[in-house]
Amino acid sequence: MAVATRREAAVETTASWRPLDRLALVACWSAGMLLCAIAAAIVIFMGYKGLQFLRPHLLWERPLADSDQSRSGGFLDPLIGTVALTALGTLIALPLGVATAVWLTEFGRPAPLARAVESGVEVIAGTPDIVLAIFGLVLFQQSFFGFLSFTAEGNAVFGRSFLTAGCMMALVALPFVVGGTREALQSIPRHVREASYALGKTKAATIRRVLLPASRPGIATGTVLGMGRIVGDTAIVVILLGATLQLQRVDGPPLIGDLRGTGSTLTSYVYNNSPAGEGNAPEKAYAAAFVLLVVVIGLNLVAGRIGSGRSAWKT
Amino acid sequence: MIGGMVVFVFAKAWPSFSHNGLHWFGPPAHGGSVDDQLAGIFNSPADPRRYEYTIGAWPLIWGTLLTTAGAVALGLTLALLSSIFIVEFAPPPVRRVMQPVIRLLAAVPSVVYGLIGILVLVPFVGNHLISQQRKESVVYVVQLSGSSLLVAVAILTVMIVPIMVAIMSDALRSVPRAWTEGSAALGVNRWRTVWTISVRAARPALIAATVLATARALGEAIMLSMVSGSTGFAPNPLDGLTFFLEPTRPLAATIVDNAEGLSVKPFGQTIYAFAAVLLVSTFLLSLAGWAAKQPLKRYGIAG
Repeated sequence: MAVATRREAAVETTASWRPLDRLALVACWSAGMLLCAIAAAIVIFMGYKGLQFLRPHLLWERPLADSDQSRSGGFLDPLIGTVALTALGTLIALPLGVATAVWLTEFGRPAPLARAVESGVEVIAGTPDIVLAIFGLVLFQQSFFGFLSFTAEGNAVFGRSFLTAGCMMALVALPFVVGGTREALQSIPRHVREASYALGKTKAATIRRVLLPASRPGIATGTVLGMGRIVGDTAIVVILLGATLQLQRVDGPPLIGDLRGTGSTLTSYVYNNSPAGEGNAPEKAYAAAFVLLVVVIGLNLVAGRIGSGRSAWKT
Repeated sequence: MIGGMVVFVFAKAWPSFSHNGLHWFGPPAHGGSVDDQLAGIFNSPADPRRYEYTIGAWPLIWGTLLTTAGAVALGLTLALLSSIFIVEFAPPPVRRVMQPVIRLLAAVPSVVYGLIGILVLVPFVGNHLISQQRKESVVYVVQLSGSSLLVAVAILTVMIVPIMVAIMSDALRSVPRAWTEGSAALGVNRWRTVWTISVRAARPALIAATVLATARALGEAIMLSMVSGSTGFAPNPLDGLTFFLEPTRPLAATIVDNAEGLSVKPFGQTIYAFAAVLLVSTFLLSLAGWAAKQPLKRYGIAG
């Protein structure tokens, strides 16, 4: 019934409207259509260019510095870099973000501290990634953090590595994780908590056994959105990861040595291969950008799928 | 953490500010360009007492202001109209398409926007919109290649509109139905109802959305460094239409472009000064956004 009445309202004739009002309606339609057109243009154009230039061998060949495009290799290293950096950033952001959100919603005392943390997260969300990147560089060039990256002669800390970039990427993802978790926790009705207490469970047990499992979809949505942000971020990669063409490892145990080294991701690969960067190989940039776009859109679809599935507490 | 960030960046930036005083915010002295000054700082002698710091960052600040203000003004109109469209006028099938469209536009990484800009829009503007005559008219001042304020503002608008639409449509949707129904019952047509009741009730959310979008536009670095021309040139409104086609370079893009020079001490400090200005302005914007949201909580219109 409700749907039917709304449908009738939608066909209200505009014949009696003033010309100005009709003009405004037309403007609304065209604004909406314009956005659709832009989105469609981006997807179709990138898809066309991507399929035109993407060759399977690009995915498993290492990039080489060569001005001859047939010999400059593919983008295996940036691909690994993207995966590694995203994993690292998520690994740091997930526990930190969930812990922050649980503390904020379930404890939140002392209140002034909670409010400070809350606004701190908001400030981080509003800080441009370029400022985060450059701040990370000052921070991790302190000799105290030398173990995270490569130390040059004379104790100058390089400050650029997967580990340092991962830490800053965690800050990029953090607001999304905190937001998703908080929203999920807040949507759990009070009586669920009270039932758990009534069964004699402690607060810690309630959080671990009841609240966290129930808010898993929310946490997952936030995390996946944050991952999308990390994958798409360029400024931090250019400044904090060094954006070297190949992965450059530092001496040390296998995994640690790699993570202390520098590398690049798909975003910095695209940047460097665009006319603005040093590589200037538009075909490669299009191919990498296509892969990047597929990854990001895929992550968003996953987030949407998880997000739409949460209706456990509809009352 | 936040405090540490501010302290660190300012400690690094201080020599640049203290050396120039208020001239830091002024135009480059003696008619030089800001790029020449940056080069001078980069090549300054290794002796700490003879470091070169002189800079007038006005062209960069002006570039930031222009791109941000242009994109926010355009984006506000576009976002308001399209969120009204989504909430009120779109037939259900169209509405179902619009949601993923907005999400998609928000998700596209800035480097992809930049790539499209530099490989498609910039050559198009350079080859078709700028006549030879126009190029010659300013050839002694600046080169017009198509990397311009126009392209930068256009792409930046597309980048910030999704953020605004997300917030605005939420707010418009949560305007109490009784208010709009009351207006409709008085015989007011639907456009007038939306415009006078919903939009007015959601005004704090519109401000909050604008503030957020401004912060995003201020901090956008990669895309702007790719399409805005990367010359420290202050577009001059007196040039008429050419104004929109002149290149510029905002603060954030300057940081990306010069990231390699960070290890040169005075140069790095100057770059940190740019970052400090950005940090303070986004911080102020967060504050403003928080203040703008307060009346919303009173009505319970948005969370």
